[in-house]
Amino acid sequence: MSTHKNLNLTLKVWRQKDQKAKGNMETYQVSDISTDSSFLEMMDILNEQLINEGKEPVAFDHDCREGICGTCSLYINGEAHGPGREITTCQLHMREFNDGDTIYIEPWRANAFPVIKDLMVDRTAFDRIMAAGGFISVNTSGNTVDANAIPIEKANADKAMDAATCIGCGACVATCKNSSAMLFVSAKVSQFALLPQGQVESAERAQNMVKVMDEEGFGNCSNTGACEVECPKGISLENIARLNREYLSGSVKK
Amino acid sequence: MSWVKQTFSSSIGRKFAMALSALFLMFFLLQHFAINFTSVFGDKTFNEISHFMGTNPLVQFALQPVLIFAVVYHFAMGFVLEAKNRGARSVKYAKNNGAANSTWFSRNMIYSGLVILAFLGLHFYDFWIPEINVKYIQGDMSGMHNGEFRYYEELVHKFQDPVRVGMYVLSFVLLAMHLLHGFQSAFQSVGANHSKYTPLIKKLGNIYAIAIPAGFIFIALFHHLTGH
Repeated sequence: MSTHKNLNLTLKVWRQKDQKAKGNMETYQVSDISTDSSFLEMMDILNEQLINEGKEPVAFDHDCREGICGTCSLYINGEAHGPGREITTCQLHMREFNDGDTIYIEPWRANAFPVIKDLMVDRTAFDRIMAAGGFISVNTSGNTVDANAIPIEKANADKAMDAATCIGCGACVATCKNSSAMLFVSAKVSQFALLPQGQVESAERAQNMVKVMDEEGFGNCSNTGACEVECPKGISLENIARLNREYLSGSVKK
Repeated sequence: MSWVKQTFSSSIGRKFAMALSALFLMFFLLQHFAINFTSVFGDKTFNEISHFMGTNPLVQFALQPVLIFAVVYHFAMGFVLEAKNRGARSVKYAKNNGAANSTWFSRNMIYSGLVILAFLGLHFYDFWIPEINVKYIQGDMSGMHNGEFRYYEELVHKFQDPVRVGMYVLSFVLLAMHLLHGFQSAFQSVGANHSKYTPLIKKLGNIYAIAIPAGFIFIALFHHLTGH
């Protein structure tokens, strides 16, 4: 890991004009990159360079740049969000790389996440899964009960909160050898299944969300655990076991 | 009963069924090992248990069909799921570092499974098909050959061929790799994952995955090397 010297890097970047284009890896050189810059700042420098050369800049997703919005993606050197643990790409810094490195930068790969352009993918499949069951029924007519008025076991509240930290970035799908969305769906099911407010739809929620998940073309979970390791929020495989229980019990109840 | 069909054709239902068949197969493997292990101590007990297992109606007509169904389902669905999973990512990564986040065993269950399938072919050719032939086609349920039980003699005879023993050893090494992921994975798939007991399941899984195949290898080598 370098700490002082600025970096000269070779970048292998996926370029794809639009959703229908074939796409290919392009090689770029960037030089004098500060080890204090973030990975996305390095991408910004590459894009300025490309614009100055009269070339099309690389399209990539980003928004908050502080690891909470779930917009950034990028498969860096064979890992979702790069080599760090429990960080998003925007929290990855160039000090993780060495001078002279070749860095592969690719979009999330899954048929359910089609490439829109270059490194941007369409993750609306997640939205459709959420629309199928990722909600609770609450009376909003002015008689809403304060959520804190309902006693909840501390352990369950903590687990629900942990599950709710999922930012829906899709790293689980990108890293899974089967392109399975099970960790995402399990986090969303768990954050409701663990709380009393989520019980109204509990018998149907997992059923409906898994149905859409399967229809969207995500693969099957084979418990490799890669998703848990690469997840920027450390969502546990315990949630997938809970999803399995919720789904199976729901199939008997309904 | 369309809900049953719907459940077991979903991604979670299939993985649940894979896990149930796996749990049954692991239990079967344990009892198979226990019976085979008696052969190390001589022919008497092994012959008696083999004859009981080979002629008991409950074992033959209740448990054996379940076993055949579990084996066929586990392999067939394994291939179906593998094909579907591969199809879920048409464009592969130029660079993918799977070793950074998962074990080789977990990512290559299809290959260890294929070796186990090839081994099963040999195993059926060696033992199961001749057994079915003698008992149910020729109708000889006595289990006798030249006035003695034939099971121990057949077992020892098969292990005299060094090529067969080599294939046997290789297959069980691959089975160990399959089980190193498969044991704990089966529990996860049926929804059993908790910080209280999952570490224990993983430890038991590692012990089972290494001890049982190593035990089968020991039995094969024992008969090969001692000649009885």
